[in-house]
Amino acid sequence: MSEARVFHLKTPLSDEDVSKLRVGDIVYVTGIMVTARDEAHKKILEVIESGEKLPIDLKGLVLYHCGPVVRKREDGSWEVVAAGPTTSMRMESVEAEFIEKTGVKMIVGKGGMGQRTAEAMKKHKAVYAVFTGGAGALAADRIKRVVDVYWLDELGIPEAVWVFEVEEFGPLVVTIDTTGKNYYEEKMKEVKIKAEKIKEELMKVEFE
Amino acid sequence: MTDLNLEETFYEFIKTIATGIPEDIYTAIKNAYEKEENPVAKTQLKAILEDMEIACKKKRPICQDTGTPYLWIEIGEDFPVKPTKVIKQFTNALRKVTKEGYLRPNAVDPLYFKNSGDNTGRYIPWIHVEPVPGDKLKVYLMTKGGGSEAPSTLVMSTPLKGFENLKKTVIDAIARAGALPCPPVIVGVAIGAGADIVMSLAKKALLRPIGERHPDPKAAKIEEELLKALNKLEIGPHGFGGRLTALDVKFDYSYRHPATFAIGVVTSCWATRRGIIEISPDGSSKMLTRHLKLVDGECKIV
Repeated sequence: MSEARVFHLKTPLSDEDVSKLRVGDIVYVTGIMVTARDEAHKKILEVIESGEKLPIDLKGLVLYHCGPVVRKREDGSWEVVAAGPTTSMRMESVEAEFIEKTGVKMIVGKGGMGQRTAEAMKKHKAVYAVFTGGAGALAADRIKRVVDVYWLDELGIPEAVWVFEVEEFGPLVVTIDTTGKNYYEEKMKEVKIKAEKIKEELMKVEFE
Repeated sequence: MTDLNLEETFYEFIKTIATGIPEDIYTAIKNAYEKEENPVAKTQLKAILEDMEIACKKKRPICQDTGTPYLWIEIGEDFPVKPTKVIKQFTNALRKVTKEGYLRPNAVDPLYFKNSGDNTGRYIPWIHVEPVPGDKLKVYLMTKGGGSEAPSTLVMSTPLKGFENLKKTVIDAIARAGALPCPPVIVGVAIGAGADIVMSLAKKALLRPIGERHPDPKAAKIEEELLKALNKLEIGPHGFGGRLTALDVKFDYSYRHPATFAIGVVTSCWATRRGIIEISPDGSSKMLTRHLKLVDGECKIV
């Protein structure tokens, strides 16, 4: 990756907004991000399948793989204390369908996603970006307000669907773009080749 | 025996660990940020530094995965509080810190899928107790993230292939895990007689500060060579390349059985939250580790 390009985007995101993004670009998002982890993906797809209406229209919004730490303030509103990303690969089996049926334009998580998601992103014009894993306090700082929360009683705090109003949420690094290019897949192949060479060199070093 | 109650001391101690990154990690990330030339890796290191500072300023958890509590207790034979009471008081403090939102409830019953809600449960916190001479109590705490447990590896090698397998195991564990354990990571490595011994030693090794070398010159060389090799992988912060994949390698060993050569590898994320407190018989305490903390409205290493 050479010098990174930086974008500041506002939700709802259009096909054009995300189509100009490429792997390695850095994005800051302002607007609405909606969290969903394993159970929430299942729940949302079930609701769509049953023909009922979702409590929020996800079209053009940012989906965030996150289980936040939250506290209830005395006035009953929510304070987000820490909200870094969770491992996205766990959602791989359902994400392609999720993108197709909800119309989300950007997915934020950590660790990257697989080939099926990359293909769905190419077909339906969406991107995947990572937020620095572990940086939960920084993420919470960029969340201005909890707009709403769905299925809290049923799914519990980390698994519920949280609707966050965010400002300049980032840095997000694009690792799957609308051409279907998948940064982590290529990176892992490179690392594997490097590992073989490193092991060979290391064998010459005496530990005994 | 006195009625010394250490709950309040433990409460402050746990809060410090949850919100204040240890000095060695803060310094290592800061130095790496200044040196890093890869622009994307640099943005990640900057985000990590900002995160540490916000956690400090707002007294918030550094990461939303506030981990599983691991405790190593060294209790002086003349310390006035019994080990059972020490553990009880620590557990009470842990519940309180969790309730106040500094720790996420992370203890889940695997058979009944139920979260205890307070970070305690069967064998959690995980506790090692060691009686030592003297009248002081020393508590080592690490709240260990779940994601960085992923690369953990155990290999039961034959002794003749021991060191060869050690090299392979360490490089493969980190290469395979890629961005998942939130690099730059600290890597704990141990060899010894049995599976449980090496996994336990590898985890405990993560407590040692970055940059400190094992007192044994051979062990120190293993740490240095493995660290050098791992950083050639160029996985980098969150998998974006650059020079920093591992912050350090910490090696330890036990004597082995003539027929065994067990190898254990455990990693910890950049957000390694750990610290040590020492408590005197009169109840007074002092932190033996320094952390990024809020002092008079400013974040300082104290």
